[in-house]
Amino acid sequence: RSDSYADLSQYRDQHFRGTRYDQERLLRKSCTLYVGNLSFYTTEEQIHELFGKSGDIKKVIMGLDKVKKTACGFCFVEYYARGDAENAMRYINGTRLDDRIIRTDWDAGFKEGRQYGRGRSGGQVRDEYRQDYDAGRGGYGKTVQ
Amino acid sequence: GQPHKRRRTSEPSEIEERLEALLCRRNSSLESNLEGLAGVLEADLPNYKSKILRILCTVARLLPEKLTVYTTLVGLLNARNYNFGGEFVEAMIRQLKECLKVNMYNEAVHLVRFLSDLVNCHVIAAPSMVAMFENFVSVTQEEDVPQVRCDWYVFVFLSSLPWVGKELYEKKDAEMDRLLSQTESYLKRRQKIHVPMLQVWTADKPHPQEEYLDCLWSQIQKLKKDRWQERHILRPYLAFDSILCEALQHNLPPFTPPPHTEDSVYPMPRVIFRMFDYTDDPEGPVMPGSHSVERFVIEENLHCIIKSHWKERKTCAAQLLSYPGNNKIPLNYHIVEVIFAELFQLPSPPHIEVMYTTLLIELCKLQPGSLPQVLAQATEMLYMRLDSMNTTCVDRFINWFSHHLSNFQFRWSWEDWSDCLTQDLEKPKPKFVKEVLEKCMRLSYHQRIIDIVPASFSVLSPANPVCIYKYGDESNRSLPGYTVALCLTIAIKNKASNDEIFSILKDVPNPNQDDDDDEGFTFNPLKIEVFVQTLLHLAAKSFSHSFSALAKFHEVFKTLAESDEGKLHILRVVYEVWKNHPQMIAVLVDKMIRTQIVDCAAVANWIFSSELAHDFTRFYIWEILHSTIRKMNKHVLKIHKELEETKARLARQHKRRDSDDDDDDDDRSSDREDGPLEEQIERLQEKVESAQSEQKNLFLVIFQRFIMLLTEHLVRCETGGIDVFTPWYKSCIERLQQIFLQHHQIIQQYMVTLENLLFTAELDHHILAVFQQFCALQA
Repeated sequence: RSDSYADLSQYRDQHFRGTRYDQERLLRKSCTLYVGNLSFYTTEEQIHELFGKSGDIKKVIMGLDKVKKTACGFCFVEYYARGDAENAMRYINGTRLDDRIIRTDWDAGFKEGRQYGRGRSGGQVRDEYRQDYDAGRGGYGKTVQ
Repeated sequence: GQPHKRRRTSEPSEIEERLEALLCRRNSSLESNLEGLAGVLEADLPNYKSKILRILCTVARLLPEKLTVYTTLVGLLNARNYNFGGEFVEAMIRQLKECLKVNMYNEAVHLVRFLSDLVNCHVIAAPSMVAMFENFVSVTQEEDVPQVRCDWYVFVFLSSLPWVGKELYEKKDAEMDRLLSQTESYLKRRQKIHVPMLQVWTADKPHPQEEYLDCLWSQIQKLKKDRWQERHILRPYLAFDSILCEALQHNLPPFTPPPHTEDSVYPMPRVIFRMFDYTDDPEGPVMPGSHSVERFVIEENLHCIIKSHWKERKTCAAQLLSYPGNNKIPLNYHIVEVIFAELFQLPSPPHIEVMYTTLLIELCKLQPGSLPQVLAQATEMLYMRLDSMNTTCVDRFINWFSHHLSNFQFRWSWEDWSDCLTQDLEKPKPKFVKEVLEKCMRLSYHQRIIDIVPASFSVLSPANPVCIYKYGDESNRSLPGYTVALCLTIAIKNKASNDEIFSILKDVPNPNQDDDDDEGFTFNPLKIEVFVQTLLHLAAKSFSHSFSALAKFHEVFKTLAESDEGKLHILRVVYEVWKNHPQMIAVLVDKMIRTQIVDCAAVANWIFSSELAHDFTRFYIWEILHSTIRKMNKHVLKIHKELEETKARLARQHKRRDSDDDDDDDDRSSDREDGPLEEQIERLQEKVESAQSEQKNLFLVIFQRFIMLLTEHLVRCETGGIDVFTPWYKSCIERLQQIFLQHHQIIQQYMVTLENLLFTAELDHHILAVFQQFCALQA
């Protein structure tokens, strides 16, 4: 029976310590989701409210700019049960939070350090090279600025 | 006839693909697809017969919305290969028996319907189908069986008639008349105490909320009056009549319904949800009437589509919108009605609530010119009827509407609802708007909500979710504990340890005692107040900050919460600090239960306490209570699972030992191996019993408090000569119903205790009625 929304995506974290096989094994049993395209102003409370609709949340970890230590537009949501995370992938992924379409994907599990953006300037990589103006994500991309 | 092509046989995987593709090929007609596929499958039979049987049986069970397509296919195969037809019927009967054995009643309905449509395809002889139905209906004569058992057998008979009624009546009218008359007398004598508990609205206007069997009976009676003419169902077999009528038919083997056992769990009764009729879309095609069989078939098929595709929202939306008959029926209205029927279904929706929100959004994306308007019309209608809507359904309406709005920039014509501003704020309409705005705020932020509503709505706007710290101002310095609060603040900011906190708190006098206990830690409300207020205030920045604070000072919390009074007081203080931010209260209570600072019973007692009376009808209170009950239930399940797993491990260990134990007679070594596992099992057994006892106690506490509260109200009304039915009362009694409905499986275990201890005959009949309705649900 098809369940494409809950399948693994093509994305694999390049910084993952371990083999591809290890990573995929963790992704398949993970209860943690990566959430992207958030506004810098979206709060933990909003994320809790929205993602709470698919089940009880164990933890929300906000993604931070490595330098400024402020929110930089992504987070991790960990559920107690994988089934609840699957429902988030089916029904919350691709819908709006703070008027932005957010994207969720399976995550192999939070480790200290992964809450920081990996872009040169401290935020996410995608905000380094972005050409467009996005008021919710600090305006123009860093290279443009 | 079709030219004979060279028949090549398929690869196994191709068979499945072909069956799936059967429905999707657009470049050729369904009839030619069916004919082609029948030919290919016939050629495959020598090699893949069991696989083909299996796939077709599965399709019959899981794709009921495409039933007539597959019955036609089976009909064509039977015409070409009589033995295959016979084997398929046997396989279906086996599958039916299996389903009934394991309580898969909903799937069994689809199987029986499939079998009955096979009569139309000349695979099964009509008289043998009638005989099966005779056996089904005779279940109503059984004694000492639950009504829900008889209900199901009657339902499965009646609900097959739209497909096969005509054919059966033509062949066996006397028998059918007898069956119908037996059914009618059963329906007349069955009890319907459960119905009020399952109705979405308490009012009968504009549409009565009919019990599902009553509605179906009316529909079948009308069908009979129309001489079984049914025009909505797509019947591909009609095009193949000349081939099919040449086929030899099979007789169904005599089928005895399996007897009722203790493990049998029959489907719950339902109430048919209707919100639209032909007056709601005057421009478009006419909506079939509520007692027309077309209405039944359309609704069945749409529900089946959702059941098949609920995990794939885009596919689900596309399948719903491509339901055949699009221009003859107001499909958008049917779809919206069926979706709300599921969302508002009592006791629970068939699928997770958030699925319906996202499905409706997908539908709006696919039909941007028409569906949003229907949805807006539906919302308006639901709003208009809030006064009689069941409180649980109002909860779901609030959740759906606020989440939906958050995907559309909160755009809504709020002024259209200004009528609610002149009403008492406890009335359903203003209450609904207030709760919606609060939920909208949770998904955005306070200022946003102020901006999106007209100024006149400010009375319904949510409070700014800020923390209230009683020791915050210099002007509060006369409050007892003020100086300790200051000390604590500085200490915590300087990363004090739990021990340092304890020593600071030692100085707090106990207003309840003349002299301090030597231990210093009997229930001291002031100590709790000062510590919890200060800590929560310092950690107010975000949920994460508060959670860290709870974790860091867990030891202090545990000590302060040692007594039941301590637990209750902690909850009180949390409320005092965060009463503007119900979401924060909910997550803190959740965390405190999970870290065992408070227990579930303390939360239940707190919710019914007088301090919370003012907020008693607010949605967040019930979210907290039900979340608490769910945590308790999950906890019991978890330990039970651990116990079962450990028992299984022990069994495996024994088995392993027994199998390779020929030489080793050393019993002591095997005992040693068993020892730790057996010990573990004993410990887990105790843990399970204690958890189950805690769970039962929680429900008893909740029911007890409800009874006290409701009785108080009823007595007050009686002596004061005022009407019992206030908004508060409606809300409270429906909240009691909600407890029964949402946790009915667990509560079933306590029936004897509830009957003997709490819901006794002396109770006011208003309250007792709720219990009796609940008992009637599985009676």
